[in-house]
Amino acid sequence: MTTQPTEAAVRRKRRNLLFSACTTLGALLLAAIFLMPLGYGAATALKDKDGVSDPNAALLPVSALTYEYEGEELDIFAVPMPDGQTRELALVEPGRESSVFVDPENPGSGTIEWEGRWRTLDPVTGLDPQWGNFSEAWNTIDFVRLMGWTLMYALTTMLFTVVSSAVVAYGFARFRFPGRGVLFGLLMATILLPPAVTLVPKYAVFLQMGWVGTYLPLIVPQLFANAFNVFLLRQYFLTIPRELEEAARIDGAGPIRTFLRVIVPQALPALTAVSLFHFFYAWNDFFEPLLYLAGNRAIVPIGVGLSYFSGVYNSEPHLILAAAILALALPVVIFLVAQRVFIRGIVVTGVDK
Amino acid sequence: MSDFTDALLTARRGRRSGRPASPMARREARWGYAFISPWIIGFVLFWAVPIGASLVFSMLDFQLTDPDATTFAGGSNWERALSDPDTWTALAATFRFTVLFLPLSLVVALGLALLLNSRYLKFTGLFRLLFFAPSMIPLVAGILIWQQVLNPQTGWVNRLIGLSGIDATGAEGIRWFDNPVLVLFAFSFIGLWGIGNSMIINLAGLQGIPTQLYEAAAIDGAGWWRRLRSITLPLLSPVMFYNLVIGSVLILQYFVVPWVLFGATGRPAGASKFLLVHFYQEAFVFGNMGYGAALAWFIFIVVAVFTGLLFGTARHWVHYGTERS
Repeated sequence: MTTQPTEAAVRRKRRNLLFSACTTLGALLLAAIFLMPLGYGAATALKDKDGVSDPNAALLPVSALTYEYEGEELDIFAVPMPDGQTRELALVEPGRESSVFVDPENPGSGTIEWEGRWRTLDPVTGLDPQWGNFSEAWNTIDFVRLMGWTLMYALTTMLFTVVSSAVVAYGFARFRFPGRGVLFGLLMATILLPPAVTLVPKYAVFLQMGWVGTYLPLIVPQLFANAFNVFLLRQYFLTIPRELEEAARIDGAGPIRTFLRVIVPQALPALTAVSLFHFFYAWNDFFEPLLYLAGNRAIVPIGVGLSYFSGVYNSEPHLILAAAILALALPVVIFLVAQRVFIRGIVVTGVDK
Repeated sequence: MSDFTDALLTARRGRRSGRPASPMARREARWGYAFISPWIIGFVLFWAVPIGASLVFSMLDFQLTDPDATTFAGGSNWERALSDPDTWTALAATFRFTVLFLPLSLVVALGLALLLNSRYLKFTGLFRLLFFAPSMIPLVAGILIWQQVLNPQTGWVNRLIGLSGIDATGAEGIRWFDNPVLVLFAFSFIGLWGIGNSMIINLAGLQGIPTQLYEAAAIDGAGWWRRLRSITLPLLSPVMFYNLVIGSVLILQYFVVPWVLFGATGRPAGASKFLLVHFYQEAFVFGNMGYGAALAWFIFIVVAVFTGLLFGTARHWVHYGTERS
């Protein structure tokens, strides 16, 4: 009598399990397609030049296997034997209609005569990643120099923008003053304004000042806060209980001390998120470095450096891909370590609270 | 409702007319201005003055190579901007790509978020990481990887298509970067690798929808599609609006991908000559600062009109919940 509901429950459970399996497998397939270019990039970065240009080459980096026999490098072929087996043998003496082979597994047993045309045989290949491509790419793009400039740029501007944005965000979060709403709206509007409309005069002035060709036009504006960062930090500051600040004020602390002693320690997660966002922004920054550093190729950051490299080495895709993988390694590792803070920060910009 | 778009939609005015402010209120206001002063100085120096100066520049005949020969040009730069066939090529290229990629990216970002939010999906954390990870790849590195994977002969995409019997890799094969339509798909693939942010924002929005609504709908017999249309989409519309606004502002200023792949050539057939590429070439490659400033203002107007239209449509489809305090 009680079997009826249990049977329904079992059926529902089975149906859920089936749905789960299908959804998860579908997601796996989708992820595989989505990430496929990365696999291609990694495989190609490890190929040699022939493996890159041959349209019929294997997907993975392979090369023909050889075997050293009596002081000679011999190619290994897949040889069909009279008994129907296929053996991997090294070609000792090629002949027109018959050739002499040796078994690399068992060279002591002597050579093997084989009837047939050796040119029809398939060479045996094995996985042979060219790790040297990475060191070649590393040296050719002068990776240490690119990294040095990129890190200098990213870290300096990170410090500048986080400090100035936090100060401005505190002003908007905690103080009442005439015009606050309008000013905050104006700040938000700068996110939508196309920067192009400011570039021509800025470039002309920076050129006049002798700043073009240096990092100054890229670094100095970061001292004056950035709308995205201000917004994110303000949202976070608003969630900090006011009582903490009032307690500090009763102890005689002024606004600056309150900000440094109360707000900054409380807001460390948000400050970390903003720092990370800025770090990735700077690592990706392309347009302004291209514009302001043009003519000074020795100091460009990694994005612009990679694009110069790909323009010059376009016949050597394995090196381009090795360089691209070098460039993405550090940001991806940082992201993997800090993904929680990071994803939380994205949510703050897009959704309530 | 996203506070972000809220701040944009309604710059609320502080109303304190009439009453004279108390000394304490005045002190508070002074501190407020002091704290926001870095931004005010930056706004004046790097936004307000340059935008105005751009307007002046657009009326000058100013060559970077010969600044002393600068003369007043009146509206001639503007006339040139509007009669330059490259401007219309660039506007067309930009709009073609916007019309293709903006809906595509919104739908894919929503689809992935729905998938990640599905109660049937196992290992959600892992999948969230996998779908987000490409967004962390530096853009230029991503472009170079896609350039190779879409290589007509040896790229995996064409070899995969080739498995289905289509001759993708041969002489008559699929040339992603030589065809003005196919290249838009190549741009889109690269763009979809950067979809992580919108996906995460959508996901957070989905997780904020009260589950009781779905339970009530299920009792009323509403199917998956009906629940999506009547509950999910309306309640997610503010988040979608945010993604739409930010996405369209970025895409109207599309530059890095076409520049790294094609420079200022506009290949194939003008498809990569986006508005910003055209502007960069005129202003900074050719050094026509006056003409460049006019083009920059042209871009400014295009972006302002487009986002203005989006904000204009917002009240018809963006659902402002009543739950907002």
